[in-house]
Amino acid sequence: MDSISSDLNAPHSMGTTIIGVTYNGGVVLGADSRTSTGMYVANRASDKITQLTDNVYICRSGSAADSQIVSDYVRYYLHQHTIQLGQPSTVKVAANLVRLVAYNNKNMLQTGMIVGGWDQYEGGKIYGIPLGGTVLELPFTIGGSGSSYLYGFFDQVWKEGMTQEEAEKLVVKAVSLAIARDGASGGVVRTVTINKDGASRKFYPGDTLPLWHEEMEAHDSLLDILSAAAPEPMVT
Amino acid sequence: MNFADSASAMKNLLGSEGDSQRTLYPYVTGTSVVAIKYKDGILIAADMGGSYGSTLRYKTVERLKPVGKHSVIGASGEISDFQEIMRYLDELILYDNMWDDGNSLGPKEVHNYLTRVMYNRRNKFNPLWNSLVLGGVKNGQKYLGTVSMIGVQYEDSHVATGFGNHLARPILRDEWHENLTYEEGVKLLEKCMRVLLYRDRSAVNKLQIAKITEEGFTISQPYSLKTFWDFAAFKNPTVGAEGSW
Repeated sequence: MDSISSDLNAPHSMGTTIIGVTYNGGVVLGADSRTSTGMYVANRASDKITQLTDNVYICRSGSAADSQIVSDYVRYYLHQHTIQLGQPSTVKVAANLVRLVAYNNKNMLQTGMIVGGWDQYEGGKIYGIPLGGTVLELPFTIGGSGSSYLYGFFDQVWKEGMTQEEAEKLVVKAVSLAIARDGASGGVVRTVTINKDGASRKFYPGDTLPLWHEEMEAHDSLLDILSAAAPEPMVT
Repeated sequence: MNFADSASAMKNLLGSEGDSQRTLYPYVTGTSVVAIKYKDGILIAADMGGSYGSTLRYKTVERLKPVGKHSVIGASGEISDFQEIMRYLDELILYDNMWDDGNSLGPKEVHNYLTRVMYNRRNKFNPLWNSLVLGGVKNGQKYLGTVSMIGVQYEDSHVATGFGNHLARPILRDEWHENLTYEEGVKLLEKCMRVLLYRDRSAVNKLQIAKITEEGFTISQPYSLKTFWDFAAFKNPTVGAEGSW
């Protein structure tokens, strides 16, 4: 009983699985939706893919509070930057602003992030910003506690220049595999695809995801299973 | 919207200056850098790994970077701090170029600058968590130096950081000599890098070698080394001593 009360007051952390992938024409960002405080799931439908501008989004992992405040600051600065520039910000600038906050406050922040977006100069770009504030421009990257289970998967299936459909399928499959094994990841899979036509969100509830090893088909009730096995005879 | 606003907003970006900061520990780290003087200049080798604790998380991190016209820097340790050091160096070189006086900072000067930066941060208990190698050639003079996160610096004919000190330096003490050709130098560095690959858990099999001569610098494309496992003793390690390993 003690563990529950201490859980409720533990810092909110997003165990999380987050992914960012480039494809031929843009990027796909993906994430799970579980926010936990200790062993309790505080939010089972969180949105970890946050908008910074029309064309740049950020995936958040680690401390929920830290990642939210970093996103808020960067959104604020990017808004001003866009006004001053007179055109949409580049993904590189957004990533660098996140770097400034993450690097200069490295002693206090506990959040790993993925910045992804599309701009007219460089096309689709993904930037990984792990703990410490390193920025790395990468063709794809994974983050959060669930990512541990995906290194081997991506080593095997990743290829350059996928189509949008292939990339989205890959991201959904990967998040779903991580959810299967990481207790700190769960809920639904959210994706945001960003290309020259803008950003579009997709939502994949648990029941639409494939089943993995030792997972079973979901039913409403045992009674349905029993009656299917031994249907009651029709009577006139 | 006025400029005063954005200035105070920028201050927030840079962290609250009230609390005294100290870097506690590194997160994304690079491993050894190995460097030698040779006949025409300097050769520096480093792999492209960025480890995250025990995970080999990033495998294409460039840890060798040019500095101005005459030098190349190699870094091990926290990558975010190296990225910050590169910003300082780019600014240093920019100001040097803006003088437009025909003079340019050579490797000795850059090494000295880095030593001051690293030592001063150490004194504030907020080190840049890196070990750096700085090599270059200016006016025919070859220069190779190193500086650590606590500000210890020295020059030598061959230097290394981290594991390289324990595994590569002994090989270099044995086999290095003045007047190595480029080919001999590269083979010698590759011998060191191969040993590091066998024996350093954070080593990754993708590396770059940089060459600096009076003419300028080249940093090679990434490549991998062959490794050798085909030994009788490896195939049957416990022959004659069953139960051992």
